[in-house]
Amino acid sequence: MTALAPERVAERLRERFPAVAFRRQAGEAVRDFTLHVPAESLVEVCAFLRDDPELDFAMLSWIAGVDWLPREPRFEVVYGLLSLSRAFRLNLKVQVGEENPRVPTVTGVWPTADWHERETWDFYGIEFTGHSDLRRILLPEDWVGWPLRKDSPLGYEEVAFTHNTPQRVKPAPRLTKLKPRKVRYRAQ
Amino acid sequence: MTLNMGPQHPSTHGVLRVALELDGETVLAARPIMGYLHTGMEKQAEYKTYTQSIPQTDRMDYLAPMSNNLAFCLAVEKLVGIEPPPRVQAIRVLLTELTRVAAHCVWLGTHALDIGAMTVFFYCFREREKILAMYDQVCGARLTASYFRVGGLASDIPAGLLERARKFVDEMPAHIDEYEALLTKNPIWLARTKGVAPLSARDAIALGATGPMLRGSGVKWDLRKAQPYSGYDTYDFEIPVGASGDAFDRYQVRVEEMRQATRIADQAIRRVEEIGPGDYRLRDYKYVLPPKEEVKTSMEALIHHFKIVAHGFFPPKGEAYHAIEAPKGELGFYFVSDGTPRPWRMKVRSPSFVNLQSLSTMVHGRLVADVITAIGSLDIVLGEIDR
Repeated sequence: MTALAPERVAERLRERFPAVAFRRQAGEAVRDFTLHVPAESLVEVCAFLRDDPELDFAMLSWIAGVDWLPREPRFEVVYGLLSLSRAFRLNLKVQVGEENPRVPTVTGVWPTADWHERETWDFYGIEFTGHSDLRRILLPEDWVGWPLRKDSPLGYEEVAFTHNTPQRVKPAPRLTKLKPRKVRYRAQ
Repeated sequence: MTLNMGPQHPSTHGVLRVALELDGETVLAARPIMGYLHTGMEKQAEYKTYTQSIPQTDRMDYLAPMSNNLAFCLAVEKLVGIEPPPRVQAIRVLLTELTRVAAHCVWLGTHALDIGAMTVFFYCFREREKILAMYDQVCGARLTASYFRVGGLASDIPAGLLERARKFVDEMPAHIDEYEALLTKNPIWLARTKGVAPLSARDAIALGATGPMLRGSGVKWDLRKAQPYSGYDTYDFEIPVGASGDAFDRYQVRVEEMRQATRIADQAIRRVEEIGPGDYRLRDYKYVLPPKEEVKTSMEALIHHFKIVAHGFFPPKGEAYHAIEAPKGELGFYFVSDGTPRPWRMKVRSPSFVNLQSLSTMVHGRLVADVITAIGSLDIVLGEIDR
């Protein structure tokens, strides 16, 4: 089987979906072939990519959310597609706004998307509409907030030191009177 | 009936909890519940320079630290656009293939232990210990290696490592024969694994399973052949595949992979010997630390050293995904860089996380006892699932 050229993938997609505005990710160091897809046509594009015998993207390898705060649209969902028969990778990108971030689910196309989408929901709060079981996956169910969003701090558990107790605790007088020990060096 | 398995069950290989829906002894559904080991590595990486994140990767799949290091470094190298010298690549291949043997040794030992064959465990850990001793020699740590760096290695390989690796590689095939003598024709082993926890090729692809899971189901897919990295296309090795996709097939695939890994390691040793002593890092001081001798004599080298240590290096704006064939499957890192020394986003595509998703399909309609075999044959590490 001959190698698949990125241009050929884009051409096939444009042939099949003339109305959809695909945009190739441009940039200094975009090392993988990446196409932007509008959220509303994501599912049919994915189904086509999977079923087309020439492209044959049978596997969805990973899904990643990206938060571009303060840029608008704020979120991106990246889908890492893999064609086993052509040994070719394609990244699809969907941009989502900050208000009510929603993307249609691709679990109907690749069942593996189930956990990946749950993970993205868990970390970014991006809702995958139509997902049958959208729950937190790695964080506890009662967790509040979306930890991988850029406005969520790295966070730490506050340790109960005197400086963060409500009333000021007076240090023991013995400690305040302690002075650093002087060390004398004598010239030999 | 709902039965809770784990998170402290010894056969869940860590802190995995599985909620089993049962009808008598038949499993209707298995819902894995994880996250007990979640430490937010992806979030932490956004606050660290690229080099500072390398020790984090050791703690993902802690049975194969060198593979994680390799996947991380290759992804950053792809983002930056550099390639380490051939000697470094051969050393990396040698160490990651030894890692594969060590990881499969742990898998085989614990999997057999779960099923009730205790002896295999001691045999497997005997060989794993030799590999860990080599890690120790190379970087001073037995488990958390952190030995690879972007553009090369942390330090040169110590004298005597190649001889030690050579001895190991020569002995290993006989040891693999020993494991096989204990298991391959053992009636109890066959009864517990043949036809158990099957996964068809179609399901495996749909569920995104990779590595021995996918190959066990008969799909000939190995990233070392399909999308070669680190010069794997110049090594001579075979990809074993199974036929029916049951636990026994996965066992055979992994055992054969151990043989092939020793074969590759053997070639890598010869390659390193042929190249002889040389650089252990790329000489590209924008991204890689200059050699220490040069730092002591050259002003420019000192400046570069200082800049990289103080700020980290500045990769171009962009993004890159690179995956390697880790012992458990496709391990990939996706980086988004905004041109600063810290990644804007690091995503880990961990094989255990994705492979575990097929558990429910594998055990549906089977017996409870088979769930143990299924989890064992998945070969998961929770550190990698929860990250």
